[in-house]
Amino acid sequence: MRKIIIPLLLVCFSLNAQNPSAKDILDKIDKNMSSESRIFTSKMVIHNKRNTRTVESKSWSKGEKKSFSEYLSPPREQGTKMLKLDDQLWIFSPSTDRIIQISGHMLRQSVMGSDLSYEDMMEDPHLLNHYTGKIDSEEKLGDRTCWIISLTATSTDVAYQTQKLWVDKDRYIPLKKELYAKSGMLLKRMELSDVIQIQSRWFPKRILFKDVLKEGEGTEFIIEDIQFNAEIPDYILSKASLKK
Amino acid sequence: MIRFLLKGILRDKQRSLLPVIIVSLGTMLTVILVCWLNGFLGDSIEMNAKFATGHVKIMTAAYQKNIDQVPNDLALTGVDSLMMKLRKEFPDMKWGERIHFGGLIDVPDNKGETRSQGPAIGFGIDMLSGDKSEIERFNLEKSILRGKLPSHRGEILMSEDFSKKLKINPGDTVTIIGSTMNGSMALYNYTVSGTIVFGAEAMDHGSVIVDLSDVRAALDMDNAAGEIVGYLPDIYYNEENANLVVARFQKIFPPSDDEFAPRIITLRQQNSLGTMIDMIKSVGSLMVFVFVLSMSLVLWNAGLLGGLRRYSEFGIRLAIGEDYSHIYKTMIYESVLIGIIGSIIGTIVGLSGALYLQEHGLDLGSIMKGAAIMMPSVFRAHITANAFYIGFIPGLFSTVAGTMLSGIGIYKRKTAQLFKELEA
Repeated sequence: MRKIIIPLLLVCFSLNAQNPSAKDILDKIDKNMSSESRIFTSKMVIHNKRNTRTVESKSWSKGEKKSFSEYLSPPREQGTKMLKLDDQLWIFSPSTDRIIQISGHMLRQSVMGSDLSYEDMMEDPHLLNHYTGKIDSEEKLGDRTCWIISLTATSTDVAYQTQKLWVDKDRYIPLKKELYAKSGMLLKRMELSDVIQIQSRWFPKRILFKDVLKEGEGTEFIIEDIQFNAEIPDYILSKASLKK
Repeated sequence: MIRFLLKGILRDKQRSLLPVIIVSLGTMLTVILVCWLNGFLGDSIEMNAKFATGHVKIMTAAYQKNIDQVPNDLALTGVDSLMMKLRKEFPDMKWGERIHFGGLIDVPDNKGETRSQGPAIGFGIDMLSGDKSEIERFNLEKSILRGKLPSHRGEILMSEDFSKKLKINPGDTVTIIGSTMNGSMALYNYTVSGTIVFGAEAMDHGSVIVDLSDVRAALDMDNAAGEIVGYLPDIYYNEENANLVVARFQKIFPPSDDEFAPRIITLRQQNSLGTMIDMIKSVGSLMVFVFVLSMSLVLWNAGLLGGLRRYSEFGIRLAIGEDYSHIYKTMIYESVLIGIIGSIIGTIVGLSGALYLQEHGLDLGSIMKGAAIMMPSVFRAHITANAFYIGFIPGLFSTVAGTMLSGIGIYKRKTAQLFKELEA
C-alpha cells in the first residue's frame, strides 16, 4: 500500500509544483514588470492609416503613483511634458505655456496619436492590486509555452474590466494581452517581445499596442534604455518641473 | 369685334376699371407669393449650403464615411494644388477650404490654471486672406455682437452664449484643446476678438470660428483641409448645374479605390437634404396650388359679380333684339380681354415687387433673435420662369370661367318678361 501512496503523492506534488496558482503567476509578473523606481528612454513608432511617426521621450517613475515624461522629438512635440501624481494627470505644452489637467473623457484620448490612451498611462502596473486571475489553458506562442490566464477586475475604477494574458511559463512575462471592456468587447491587443534579462528580472523591450477600434497597424513602444531602482530627485516628480 | 370690345372696355371705365383692378391685384399677389415662396425655400437650402454642404463638396471617401466624427486624420492633403486645378477647371465657381474640428476651450486664470472649460465645435474658414467670400457666407460682419472680426492670426470668434457661459470677453485669451491630424493632443492659444450670434441654437451653443491658417497650424494640417465646398454662380442651388460639375470633376479625377482620393458630392447627397429638397418642392407646389386656387375662386366670383352687375344691360340688349349667344360670346371676349389686361398689369407689378424683394429682401433679423432653428434672417424673393405665367391662371382663366358661369343666366331670361323687369 505504502508503495502505491508515496509515488502517487510525489506525482501530485510535482504536478502542483509545475502549475503554480494564478495568484503566484501574477505576483511573479508584477515582480518582473514593476520596480521601486525607473528611468527610461523610449520610442513610440506610430503606424497610422496614412503614415508612420516616431515620438521619443524620457520618463521617470517612482512606484505606481508618480511618473514624469518629457517628449524629445519630433520638433512639434519636443518639450511637451506629462506628470502623473496619484490619479491626476497634467500636461504642459510649450507652445501655449499652459499646464492643463487631463480628466474625464479626455483620459481616453490617444497619447500623441498612438494606440495608447492617457488612461493606459495612468494604469497601475501591479496586476495583483486590481485583478484576480484564473488559468484557463496552455498554448504555444512561437517557441514559448504559455499559460492563458483570465483576469477579472476586483474594482470598477480600472480601464479594462477583464484581461486575457499569455504568460511565458519560464520567464513569467506576458507575451500577449487582450484587454476587454465590461461589455466583453475587445478594446486593445498587446504583443510583448524582445524579452531581455536585466539584473534578476525579465523585461520586454518592445510592446506592440493595437487599439482594435482604431484603423492603422498599431503602435510599437520600444524601450531604448532602462534603469531600475534608480535615484530620482523629488523635484522631478512635481508640478514645478513641468514648466522648467 | 375685338377692337369694338376693347374700345368699349377702355372707354366705359365703369365696366372695366373694377374688374381690371381686382384681376391685377389677384395676379400681383399670386406672382409675389410664388416668388417669395421660391426665395424663402431656396434661402433655407442655401443657408445649409453656406454653413455646411456647399452646392458641391469635395472630401476623401474615408472622410465622407465617418463625416459625423469630423475625422481630420482622413482629410484631403495637397489642397493647394487641388484648389489651383479647381479654379482653373471651374472658373465660374467659388471654392472654399474648410476644417471642422471638435475640442475643449480652456480658460486660464491669472496664474495660468484652468478657470473654466467647455466643449466646442470649431469652424476653420478663410477670414484673413483678403477674400471675403467665407465671411459673407457665414454672415459674420452682421453677426458680431461684441468686439470685431479677427484682423490677424491668433484671433478667434466665439458664440455669445458660449462666451457668457465661460465668462469670456473680447480680448481674453483661451486655449483650444483638440486633436491634430496625426491624433496628437493639440493645444493652441487664441485671443477672442469678438462674439457672434447666429440665431440658431445648434451654432450658438458652443461654436468658435478660427482662421484657416490658425487651424492648420494648431491641428498640424499644413496644406490639408477636411473639405472643399463649391458654390455655383446661380443664386440658389441648381441641381442640374451641380450634376454637370460632378460629371466634369469625375472626368478630371476619375473615381478610384484610393480612399484618400478626392471625391465630390452634391448638396442633395448630404445631411438628408435630398429628402428635404423634395419635401420643400412638394410643400411649395401645394402652397402655390392652394393660393392659386383661392385666388381663382375670388376672381371667378368677381367674374360672376361682373355678369350680375350688368343684368339690366343684358336685358336691354336682349330687348332690342341681340341674340343670346352673341351676348354670351361678347361677355366672354370681354372677360378674356379684361383677364389679359389685368394679368399683364398684375404680373408686371408683381414681378417688380418680387424683384425689389429679391434684391433688397425683408430684414426680419430683429424678430428672429433667439430663434432656435437655423433660418435666414433676411427674407428674399426669387423670380423664376413660372412667375411670368403663374398669374395668368387666376387672372385669365378664373375670370373667364366666372364669366362663363354667370353668363349662362342670360339664356334663362325670357323676352316676354324683359319689359316688366326693366319697368321695375
